[in-house]
Amino acid sequence: MSLHNYEEMAAMILFGIGFTTLLLQKNLIKKIIGFSMMDSAIYLFLAAKGYIEGRTAPIVVDGVTSMEAYINPIPAGLVLTGIVVSVSVTALMLALTVRLYRRYHTLDIDHITALVRKEEQ
Amino acid sequence: MELWQSIPFACILLPLGSAAMTSVLKGRWARYWTFCVLTVVTGLSAAFVVLMNGYEGSYTYMMGHYAAPWGNEIRAGMLEAVTALFFSMIMLLSLMGGLKKIDEHILADKQSLYYVMLLLLTAALMAQVYTNDLFTAYVFLEIMTIAACSLITARTKGRTLVAATRYMIMNLLGSGLFLLGITLLYDLSGHLLMSNIKQAVASLAATGQYQMPLTVVIAIMSIGLGIKSALFPFHTWVPDAYGYSTPTSAAVLSSLVSKGYIFLLIKIYYRVIGLEVIASTGILDILFGFALVGMVMGSISAIRQSDIRRMIAFSSVAQIGYIFMGMGLGNEQGMTAAVFHIFAHSVCKSMLFLAAGGLADASGNSKQFRDLRGSGFRSPIAGVAFTIGALSMVGFPFLGGFTSKMNFALAAMNGGDIRMMLVLIVLVISTWLNTIYFLKTVITIYRKPLEGANYPVEKGRRGFCFNASLVLFSGVNVALGLFSQGIIEAITRGLGIFG
Repeated sequence: MSLHNYEEMAAMILFGIGFTTLLLQKNLIKKIIGFSMMDSAIYLFLAAKGYIEGRTAPIVVDGVTSMEAYINPIPAGLVLTGIVVSVSVTALMLALTVRLYRRYHTLDIDHITALVRKEEQ
Repeated sequence: MELWQSIPFACILLPLGSAAMTSVLKGRWARYWTFCVLTVVTGLSAAFVVLMNGYEGSYTYMMGHYAAPWGNEIRAGMLEAVTALFFSMIMLLSLMGGLKKIDEHILADKQSLYYVMLLLLTAALMAQVYTNDLFTAYVFLEIMTIAACSLITARTKGRTLVAATRYMIMNLLGSGLFLLGITLLYDLSGHLLMSNIKQAVASLAATGQYQMPLTVVIAIMSIGLGIKSALFPFHTWVPDAYGYSTPTSAAVLSSLVSKGYIFLLIKIYYRVIGLEVIASTGILDILFGFALVGMVMGSISAIRQSDIRRMIAFSSVAQIGYIFMGMGLGNEQGMTAAVFHIFAHSVCKSMLFLAAGGLADASGNSKQFRDLRGSGFRSPIAGVAFTIGALSMVGFPFLGGFTSKMNFALAAMNGGDIRMMLVLIVLVISTWLNTIYFLKTVITIYRKPLEGANYPVEKGRRGFCFNASLVLFSGVNVALGLFSQGIIEAITRGLGIFG
């Protein structure tokens, strides 16, 4: 039975929450939070997939070289790379938000769009 | 392994390294340096096409000498070589054509940063074209998104900031889905190298295991990359992003960034999953449906615009629909036509954006059609280039657009009854709509100006670089139509060994 796939289930639910928040929220900061949740959910999924109970990180300790003693390090490497990517994207989004807020004094994307249209006329 | 086989690696590393270097150069030197790097990359890619022409099949290039299941790989064949040549050439010409506008739109002390982003974008594009590793593709996909966003905001206006925010939101949704797809696929197959995944997927398909997760993976990857490349229902960010950024950015975004994502999707279809598995899931039918609606709706929206740049932007939506339609047919000819249309459209769209910039300049900086009257006479080279581009988009014989439309129709003939009828009907409707808005624009730019309008003629003279770039672009457009047979043969050969 798949009753022990708690992490994977949690990851998928979190991904869904993050995705809909990023898509539907009007507030830019909440959108960024949604994006962070979405990416973190994927990292949780990867980390959960990469872990095997009872084994440790693949650093040879006490001369144990058996493959059975260690987990696959690649998912952890992917998570680290992914975190770097999402940090830089989050920084870029926050920078854009700061610039928009300084210009229009609101965080509501629909309101900002309306203000921009008004500004042009 | 011979020395020339390192060219793909050099094409990725050179722009990537120079991007870091350019950030410390002063404005003018950054520009010269970027020019040199782009010229070298274009030259190397051209040499690579010639060399690959005499080389049978494709080869993989190990990074860091770690063998297959662990190392990172580059893989190059005929298709990658031709695509890299087109992408780097368009990048170079777009930069050349927009130089004056960059001076006008971007603060002098910020210009070197613009070139950093342009070089990063080039490196990311080359990496998308050549990489054989899914996770590397994801990382460069995000680099491309960040660079593209910076290219939009380089011209600081309210409109561009909002456009960039909307662009980022849609792209983050797309890359989130794509990353989830990679994760699930890694979970299913245990590999990240494309060729290894394909073996695993083939054995899964043969035994009938994990069909549902596999379908989900294909669906979310296709939709993710579809969102990123502005497929029809996800195109809301397009008009503002293409319409208000500086002309070089608009040209590069519409012709290269979206095409990079589509090229990656085609690569995934061929090299990661395999066309037969894809066709058996029915995902292609969904893309096909979106594409057909997009071809019509994009054109209808384009007709309703009164701003030339926004019109060209909406026309891009329709043309992306054409490309996805070719992919949605699911046969070899459809893919060949789609790849050819990637080239035809990117060469044409970047020229249209640059020419529209020139025409607007000759009309007192207005992009409205009522002010553009007679601008074809005030800025003759931009006028002629725009006319050639418009004719190519409409599908005038001897130009690239005609060949792609003919290929789409021929591919549809082999695609089964219902699809054939649908494609032919929608092609006719879409071509008719294209003709309405493009020829209307061409007629407008050669009409007499409104009474009392007075434009300084000198504004129309835009310097050597702009004219040279438009002349070269026109030449490439005509050459694409005249020598289409050779290019299609190269694409067919490349697709044959792509998987």
